[in-house]
Amino acid sequence: MLIIQFWVLSVLMLGSAVCVVVFRNAVNSAMSLVLSFLALSGLYVTLDAFFIGIIQVLVYAGAVMVLFLFIIMLLDLKVEARRTLNLAAVFGGLAVLAGFVFLIGQIVLSFPASGESFPALARTGYSDVSEVGVALFGNFNLPFQVIGVLLLVSTIGVVILSRRSLR
Amino acid sequence: MPYLDLFLKPEVFLVWTSVLKTGGIIGIVLTMVAYSVWAERKVSAFIQDRVGPNRVGWAGLIQPIADGVKLLLKENFVPAGVNKFYFSIAPSLAMVPAILVLAVLPFGSSLFGVPMVIADLQVGILWVFAVSSLGVYGIVLAGWSSNSKYPFLGGIRSSSQMISYELSLGLSVIPVFMITGTLNLGEIVQYQVANGWMVFPAWFQPGPGVVEFVETSGAVLGVSVAKIALWIPMMISFVVFMVAMFAETNRVPFDLPEAEQELVAGYHTEYSSMRFALFFLGEYAAIIAGSGVIVTLFLGGWSLPFVPDGSQGWVWGLVNIGTFFAKVAAVIFFFLWVRWTLPRFRFDQLMKLGWYFFFELALLNIFLTAGILAWLQSQS
Repeated sequence: MLIIQFWVLSVLMLGSAVCVVVFRNAVNSAMSLVLSFLALSGLYVTLDAFFIGIIQVLVYAGAVMVLFLFIIMLLDLKVEARRTLNLAAVFGGLAVLAGFVFLIGQIVLSFPASGESFPALARTGYSDVSEVGVALFGNFNLPFQVIGVLLLVSTIGVVILSRRSLR
Repeated sequence: MPYLDLFLKPEVFLVWTSVLKTGGIIGIVLTMVAYSVWAERKVSAFIQDRVGPNRVGWAGLIQPIADGVKLLLKENFVPAGVNKFYFSIAPSLAMVPAILVLAVLPFGSSLFGVPMVIADLQVGILWVFAVSSLGVYGIVLAGWSSNSKYPFLGGIRSSSQMISYELSLGLSVIPVFMITGTLNLGEIVQYQVANGWMVFPAWFQPGPGVVEFVETSGAVLGVSVAKIALWIPMMISFVVFMVAMFAETNRVPFDLPEAEQELVAGYHTEYSSMRFALFFLGEYAAIIAGSGVIVTLFLGGWSLPFVPDGSQGWVWGLVNIGTFFAKVAAVIFFFLWVRWTLPRFRFDQLMKLGWYFFFELALLNIFLTAGILAWLQSQS
């Protein structure tokens, strides 16, 4: 059952990720990316990581992509749709892809533990929300606060840069 | 009886009880959707001193069925120049998230030992926010794919409104989790059974520092310093959550996406027949799901003071389910009452209210709750 879920969700995720690049219409690409995020969060859930799966939907599919779609709809899509394929770029991209796949294959084959399956979780049925919370506010409290300051600085930066008088 | 044994195997038992619960809840909610349209018309008629629908059946009670048949039999007209794919899937995208929210709501305690919640997720409330944040896609895509100015403006307004109010919505419930210490909606209801509803904390287990009024078997009616101190942030949470829910479901006074005077019908201007009906149903299903979340978080869910839960007998299980839906109906009535009483906000007022007032209020409320909890801990 788990293996069926894994393959269905993986194919859906990778397939829609390819669609993001292939589609000429930007709205199609954005919606494919949403589908890819949903499949990815499904993969998290099959790994019993409910919290990260839900956050994936909440933050990326529910907030970031809505803003993307919002911007895309205000653009003129016809210009992009009319653009013809650049053959050199297509072949270049395919060559990079082949090199990347070859590299990943080499690494996986040379890594002895890659053929073995992981041991089962020590316990099941625990709440991963509280685990994440304890880890964030316990062991990783300093990095957590540093990230908080970084986010605050970038928020203030955005506010200052988008003020009309400074443009 | 080999068949009976098969039905009682844990995995099979889980599957068929879940199917029964899902079917039951969808049936109940779709009926409630149909009759909240009827209630909307009746309540508006009452508030405006009219009669309202009264031709089809007694007091117009068969009107929703007549409306449904009419919508199904109408021509499904697709205007020229629309993006056909997104035009057809947008109504479903608007409807499905509203229904999915119901999966985690505990609509009763238990019946014959089966918990009355479809999926008892540890991250229950996050599921509610994640799924309802997907509801905006249906509206945005409907507005964009219609290839027409009014729907487009409606879709843009709707998405900016939903993004703005999602922040207050999410932040306003954090104090609830700080007090209960869980994200699981069932456990939040259990906390309220033991400690009083979030907006009406008047009974709880006996303990130190508690002034008792009436003593009964399980719970105690009374007050304590902790209850009163935590009641203040809970009321702020409740008000912010309620207002943000009005904005999320595009109800008056925040129904800018479909303001008739400015935008014809907003994002569903170009829709007809059952596709239009799906938007309509999705909107009311979102109101019902939102009312369910409000009831679960703040109004004690399926609990009534001094009423036992389903473990005391199946009659009490049914009473608990009835209590939940009665409370939901009461909150829906409040939604209708507000709609026919208040005028509409202007769009800049709506955005200012969300960003400059409710967002900050919800943030301050988190600090207030943390301060009170820390103070209570230092006392004990």
